Amino acid sequence: MIKVENLHKTYGKNEVLKGISTEIKEKEVIAVIGPSGSGKSTFLRCINRLEEPTSGQISVGGTMITEKNVMKVRENLGMVFQHFHLFPHKTVLENLTYAPINVKGISKAEAIKTAEDLLKKVGLFEKRNEYPNRLSGGQKQRVAIARALAMNPSVMLFDEPTSALDPEMVKEVLAVMKNLAESGMTMIIVTHEMGFAKEVADRILFLEGGQLVEDSTPEQFFTAPKSNRAKEFLEKVL
Amino acid sequence: MFDFTAVIPSIPYILEGIGVTLQIVVFATIIGLVLGILLALCKIGNIKPLKWFAEFYTSIFRGTPLVLQLMIIYYAMPQILGFNIEAMPAAIAAFGLNSAAYISEIIRAGINAVDKGQQEAAKALGVPYSKMMKDIILPQAMKNILPSLMNEFITLNKESAIVTVIGALDIMRRAYVVGGQTFRYLEPLLIAGVIYYVMTLVLTFLGKMIEKRMKRSD
Repeated sequence: MIKVENLHKTYGKNEVLKGISTEIKEKEVIAVIGPSGSGKSTFLRCINRLEEPTSGQISVGGTMITEKNVMKVRENLGMVFQHFHLFPHKTVLENLTYAPINVKGISKAEAIKTAEDLLKKVGLFEKRNEYPNRLSGGQKQRVAIARALAMNPSVMLFDEPTSALDPEMVKEVLAVMKNLAESGMTMIIVTHEMGFAKEVADRILFLEGGQLVEDSTPEQFFTAPKSNRAKEFLEKVL
Repeated sequence: MFDFTAVIPSIPYILEGIGVTLQIVVFATIIGLVLGILLALCKIGNIKPLKWFAEFYTSIFRGTPLVLQLMIIYYAMPQILGFNIEAMPAAIAAFGLNSAAYISEIIRAGINAVDKGQQEAAKALGVPYSKMMKDIILPQAMKNILPSLMNEFITLNKESAIVTVIGALDIMRRAYVVGGQTFRYLEPLLIAGVIYYVMTLVLTFLGKMIEKRMKRSD
């Protein structure tokens, strides 16, 4: 589904990603874990070209991403941000229908139907005519997930989706993500929620200092990590 | 000291100037807004020559007196063009081109003030640049800059009085003409002042109304 080959990213003199290669299969749920500054978010943002890689190649569904086809590829990659980034001047429903109508050219009636179904799924149907500022953080993030899903993507990217939330709202967002994982969506999740990663992920990618240090199953990673760096990290966070 | 009796018959004549002033202000506003948005987009865009042009344009129109720009268009341009320009089109052009420079700066700042995450969210959804600007960024920028934009229109409305130097029959010019005819300047000029002031109040009120409407999403 997604193939990353020797991905490098440098900001000025600072090398954030030092050659990452991995492959993600369809329906796989990947948790990307690591200390802050390890390059996890940059890795994720390189996949849909919100960051331009310094070198290396990324292909999605067999298509190499280039500057020319990036817009087309992005339609297929749903992205959920730490700070939601809902469109504040549009209602919840309009947030969901805008891109399907304006990017995919889907009819308004159809887009509204899809959007309403999605809002029911994330439990926010009754908020469809509200503006985002009237919602709580957890509700905003659920809308943001629904907005990304409205484009019917084949992969969903999550960039620390619960890090900006109050603790009591983390659960509702994780529940939505868990449902999504169970429905067979391919997901890459940058997260600090170890419990969630352990429970939902098929694979853990542990990044440190811009390198992919460990690539293993949750059982192995959380019980018997191979590298010392992963051990040290787990001691700090668990 | 005050004697309005001699001036009263001329009041309708001065009031007719409102139409002329409004015509200048409305058309100049439209030109200023459209051109201002285009210039702002040039300034924030990645195309270097357009950026340079927009910055040069702004610096010229902000760096020279408006009355000079007006006189160049009305008196000096015919020398190049080979035909005369009427006072009204010259006034509209001068005010429109001039306010475009100021408006472009207001809009540029407004666009930059919109959270960068909005662009990222739009990009991630595959929204093309032009649609992103039109539907996502500019509407949010407009909300932020509305007070400064209203300020610019109010200034334009009052500054339009300098068209009197090229003889367009606006409020100011008419008040001056009446003064000349009746040999009483105080009363007609006071009347003109009251008209401008009321127009400003109306504009301020309109601005507040629009602001309120746009606050719906807060």
